[in-house]
Amino acid sequence: MKLSNIISRKNRILLAELVRTDFKLRYQASTLGYLWSILSPLFLFAILYIVFDKFLGIGKGIEHFPVYLLLGIVLWRFFTEATNNGLKAIIQRGSLIRKINFPKYIIVVSGTVSSFINLLINLGVVLVFILINNVELTWSALLIFPLIIELYVFALSIAFLLSAMNVFFRDISYLWDIFLQAAFYATPILYPVAFILNKSELAAQIVLFNPVAQVIQDSRFALVTKNTDTLWSISNNAITQMVPFVIIVITLIAASLYFKKKSKLFAEFI
Amino acid sequence: MKKDLIAIKVEGLTKSFKIPLDGSSGIKQKIINITRNKKGYRKFTPLNDISFTIKKGEFFGIVGKNGSGKSTLLKSIAGIYTPEKGAVHVNGLLVPFIELGVGFNPELTGRENVYLNAALLGFSRKETVNIYKDIVDFAELHEFMEEQLKNYSSGMQVRLAFSIAIQAKGDVLLLDEVLAVGDAAFQQKCFDYFEYLKKENKTIILVTHSMDAVKRFCNRAMLIEKGRVKIIGDPAEVADQYSVDNIDVKHKKNEAKDKDKDNDNENEYVSELSASIDKDGYERNETAKLTLTYRLKSNFIPAVGLTIVKDGRSAAEINSRPINIPSQQNSRHSVSLDISLNNFTQGLYSIDIVVFIKDTMRIVESRRKVVEFVVKDDDRVHGGVIYLHDDWVAVD
Repeated sequence: MKLSNIISRKNRILLAELVRTDFKLRYQASTLGYLWSILSPLFLFAILYIVFDKFLGIGKGIEHFPVYLLLGIVLWRFFTEATNNGLKAIIQRGSLIRKINFPKYIIVVSGTVSSFINLLINLGVVLVFILINNVELTWSALLIFPLIIELYVFALSIAFLLSAMNVFFRDISYLWDIFLQAAFYATPILYPVAFILNKSELAAQIVLFNPVAQVIQDSRFALVTKNTDTLWSISNNAITQMVPFVIIVITLIAASLYFKKKSKLFAEFI
Repeated sequence: MKKDLIAIKVEGLTKSFKIPLDGSSGIKQKIINITRNKKGYRKFTPLNDISFTIKKGEFFGIVGKNGSGKSTLLKSIAGIYTPEKGAVHVNGLLVPFIELGVGFNPELTGRENVYLNAALLGFSRKETVNIYKDIVDFAELHEFMEEQLKNYSSGMQVRLAFSIAIQAKGDVLLLDEVLAVGDAAFQQKCFDYFEYLKKENKTIILVTHSMDAVKRFCNRAMLIEKGRVKIIGDPAEVADQYSVDNIDVKHKKNEAKDKDKDNDNENEYVSELSASIDKDGYERNETAKLTLTYRLKSNFIPAVGLTIVKDGRSAAEINSRPINIPSQQNSRHSVSLDISLNNFTQGLYSIDIVVFIKDTMRIVESRRKVVEFVVKDDDRVHGGVIYLHDDWVAVD
């Protein structure tokens, strides 16, 4: 994958058209169409508000807990959607790959980009709730932009890895499904990090080594409340703080190399 | 040959596939295979050390039986498959048409599919806007463009796809069996497009089963068999060789079929009706000797008739009524006919035969395509069925 190739005119045209198609098809058959991109986080917020704020009373110690929850869930949903779309992308475009030669990474990128667009819409809804809840926004709110880019790069790396593996072992989609379910509980989305921190500081650090967890906590810190436990707040060690980034870089390099090597064989194995 | 005159150079191209034996691609099967020390696949080599060169501006035909490796070759040239050994060099922008309407999505409208398909051919949205009207005009689908593609008939889909395809601007075009779809009017459009491409001096590679198209359009052609080049060169020669090769296969099949038929179809008049011909391929100045064999099972005065068929149409018909053919009951008889091929054009012919009662002309037995033969000729002046002699005179 030469850089000149990635941004070549022909590939850009194709990427734009594939993203457009993905997005059009997403809500094709539904009456409300694109509106669901906004409605679904709205309803999610309503449910979270009723369950966590009114019934369970979890997170009483955290200000704006429903928004805090919503932000975490929106980011997590992006991660699962992008990786799942990426995972299926190559197989779904099998008929295209068998008939025309073009850089295969475009398919994976287009699958994740349409999830990313959805994330941006969802974050717009989150922002509305942040304003309604009178959250005090500071300049640090701008951190959300590098954070979602970080999350996107991580999701894309995993999508590359899974999409290529899925061509040769179709079991991957089931394994990934189970893995995500476990990861959902291993990530501080529904519960505050303090839950773990009270028992073991090391465990809390390990939980935050997960790049998704790190992004979610940092985003909450940036947008919702400074009263958020992040990797930076529970660890002073620079090396420890670098772990999520090292994980992302290693994943990206390994996934790119694997994808590049295997993509030559896609046409004959699909 | 100067390098810039070459459009495509294929050197020692070899490609093989591993075909999984039980079709599963799961981890379970992989583990089972490893533990049992089984390979779990069969090796299949559709292309075996193929080399050839195509010059710029050539209309190059590739023919071969099903499974000979044509499609694998085309896909390797298109870059869809990576060569296992050897290399493919393409000089210039290559546009492949392995299939019409690649990427068409039934859920999208005609208009949206035009944009998507055009993007796959390298057109930006802006460029597609400019050619959009031409595409719709050519496809004659104005009132359907806002409808979903799934509501189109297959003919309409092909028309739309073809209209986009002909907008493609490439130096080298790969066409696979485009002629196989569509009605006569559509085929005519394809032919017109080929003529246009020829005039534009584009390099074209056409994979086809139509020997007429090979003779009509190609400057050079190649016959491949079992993944190797069998002959390469003059299109007429290649087309004739392909036709002859195909007869051998059909013959064997027909013999087998006839045997079956004789066993279960007990006809009260005739049995063991068959025909043979002395050769498969003839030059135009030769004479073909056709022999018909039959056994009569009841007492009547028979006559035989035959129809020579080319391209599904009757080219000549004749029967034996002017003479009396042998009619003794329960013995095997043969009659033969010399067919002078002087007035035949080049191509593939087949023969249908019948036996009928001479007086009443009631048909009592018939067999279709009992023999096939090829008339070879290396010129491209003559078409149709009847050979017109070149008695041209420049008058004024």
